[in-house]
Amino acid sequence: MYKITAKEHFSDAVVKLTVEAPLIAKSRRPGHFVIVIDSKHGERIPLTIADADPAAGTITLVVQGVGESTKSICAMEPGQSLTDVVGPLGRATTIRNGGTVVCCGGGVGVAPLLPIIKAMKAAGCRVISVLAARTRDLIILEKEVRAHSDEVLIMTDDGTYGQKGLVTTGVEQVLLREPVDEVVTIGPAVMMKFVAALTRKYNVPTVASLNTIMVDGTGMCGACRVSVGGKMRFVCIDGPEFDAHQVDFDEMIMRLRP
Amino acid sequence: MNQDTISPRSALWREELRRSISAKQRGEIARVAMPELPADFRVTTLSEEVNMGLSSEQAVLEARRCLDCPDPQCVTGCPVGINIPGFIKNIERQNFTDALAVLKETSALPAVCGRVCPQEKQCESKCIYNKMKKPAVAIGYLERFAADNADAPAPAKAPSLDIKVAVAGSGPAGLSFAGDMIKRGFDVTVFEALHEIGGVLKYGIPEFRLPNSVVEKEIDALRGLGVEFRKNIIIGKTLSYDDLIAEGYKAIFVASGAGLPRFMGIPGENYINVVSSNEYLTRVNLMHAGSDEYATPVHRGKRVAVIGGGNTAMDSCRTARRMGAEKVMVVYRRSEAEMPARIEEVKHAREEGVEFLTLHNPVEYLADENGHVRAMRLQRMELGEPDASGRRSPVPVEGAIEEVEVDMVIVSVGVSPNPLIPSAIPDLETTRRGTIAVNDETLRSSIPTIYAGGDIVRGGATVILAMGDGRKAAAAMAKALLDINTSSLQNT
Repeated sequence: MYKITAKEHFSDAVVKLTVEAPLIAKSRRPGHFVIVIDSKHGERIPLTIADADPAAGTITLVVQGVGESTKSICAMEPGQSLTDVVGPLGRATTIRNGGTVVCCGGGVGVAPLLPIIKAMKAAGCRVISVLAARTRDLIILEKEVRAHSDEVLIMTDDGTYGQKGLVTTGVEQVLLREPVDEVVTIGPAVMMKFVAALTRKYNVPTVASLNTIMVDGTGMCGACRVSVGGKMRFVCIDGPEFDAHQVDFDEMIMRLRP
Repeated sequence: MNQDTISPRSALWREELRRSISAKQRGEIARVAMPELPADFRVTTLSEEVNMGLSSEQAVLEARRCLDCPDPQCVTGCPVGINIPGFIKNIERQNFTDALAVLKETSALPAVCGRVCPQEKQCESKCIYNKMKKPAVAIGYLERFAADNADAPAPAKAPSLDIKVAVAGSGPAGLSFAGDMIKRGFDVTVFEALHEIGGVLKYGIPEFRLPNSVVEKEIDALRGLGVEFRKNIIIGKTLSYDDLIAEGYKAIFVASGAGLPRFMGIPGENYINVVSSNEYLTRVNLMHAGSDEYATPVHRGKRVAVIGGGNTAMDSCRTARRMGAEKVMVVYRRSEAEMPARIEEVKHAREEGVEFLTLHNPVEYLADENGHVRAMRLQRMELGEPDASGRRSPVPVEGAIEEVEVDMVIVSVGVSPNPLIPSAIPDLETTRRGTIAVNDETLRSSIPTIYAGGDIVRGGATVILAMGDGRKAAAAMAKALLDINTSSLQNT
């Protein structure tokens, strides 16, 4: 059993959970994810690791209640336990030593982006973060992102906070203004598709972290398969990060449909 | 054969038993038929086991057929070398406890093997009766009978050596290794990546062929001997090889299985409701997607195609029938004679209404406007010259392509080794196919403290071959570790 030790509400549907998982806290790197089962009859849900505290033996998960299982996880309180947490899974992010990196995240995608922002900054990169959401209340982890970024742009669809517009508008402002060595994007598939299309135009290498359907998360089921550069890849073991310019986002979006 | 067996052929009771009935009389007894649930009932239930097991009377009578040969060839057909006449003669004299004890001498999982081993290709294929043109003794049924109907005393366990060894993977190779090592006096910890112990025995093989309760019983027996099981731990991820060494483990047996499902690389394979058999079976078996109490969903296809002719394909098509499919078609590119599945599985599938489209090969899947698969295009095949496997290779019949409506496709064309562990330990040598390279005799890898067996070495084989590897690796690792121990004692 994996005890929840703290909980914070980011919005009605998004919570941050701190979970006891000492081995994972020690071994995880930016980019890794875990598979979580909430209860005895629960399903296996992939969740990216937002942060970890190896000394305390805890990891941080940011969960958006979308389906039955994620809603049930969001409803859990400190003191309660997740039945199973396994990881860290996937390949860790390749952290650049220097250069300028634009890290753009949409919605809860900002949570897994945070450890990458931190690591890139610590490695000596100039980090420009672009956070996007539908509305002000859905912008998460802004303070933490600011603490590790050289600059932060906020984009909201309705203009209630930061600039009004999509994430791509913010990213393009940076691309027009200065040379950028790499873009990292995490968020809804549609968002990553448009970020990839934009950066392709500017010829800037781009990494996208994909969030597909998974069952086991260890390479066994193949439910997470995507086409990258015309080849079949498994997000759980070959990813979750891929060259965004090679990913067939249309196919991925189709496969996410119920 | 093992001379130290608890029921040697020279035992007085066995001599008397042999003399009690003539070989001629034994040979006149008809081979027992396995009682089965009726096919129309079994397609309505995911959980009821199809083979019901022999009654005591049936088992004793079948055991009587065995001639207790002086040089029993059946044993040579068994990958773990079970003392087959030894356990069968114990059944004949109705000492079921000793029958199970004999099985447990060499096999950690007799209840499993009695159900899923391809006995017709192994022990039973070597039975003396084959030479007399009579059906072989039903060794598999008898093995299952003994395992199900007796509680064997815990096998003898050597005093603790205080040497820790680790196992990565709790499937048949890992469990068999763990059983052998714990009996030798080692401290054994089995690490499992999933949330359930048992590997393919849990996620792969369905309840109706191998009930989870049977697997649990075998695992509990190992637990009782002192094997420690730790789930949700992936060696190479959660704990590294170095972590294990730092925790005092002296050697590691990697039995992580053949994880990755293969696909054919044909157009449309990524449409919705085209799934691997691994995904389908994992959802239904491990995650219980067929039960409303569980949260995991699964698509319930009405017209289902299963691609492939192996045992996993049979498990998939039979599961699909039980999940409410009206029409289930097995699509296999060769003819039935070349099908790798066990004859019994094919027979059961056919009884359950599964159709076989042999000499057909899918070349493309078609979808509706939402990306849901709606049809497959099949290429008719014919048999040509034998290929490297010795089987006649399928050749396309030019222009013979047909379209068949389906709403689900389960791809069951094999698996590849799981790269998780090999990629986490860079010094570990792998083969071109991605399997871990080992010495054939000792199953030792390029790193002296790492041994490997089962599908991570074989690339996709059977439960019993994996178990055989577990035993072999245990013997070799035990010898290596005890040699080190002895020499370090001499040096002090």
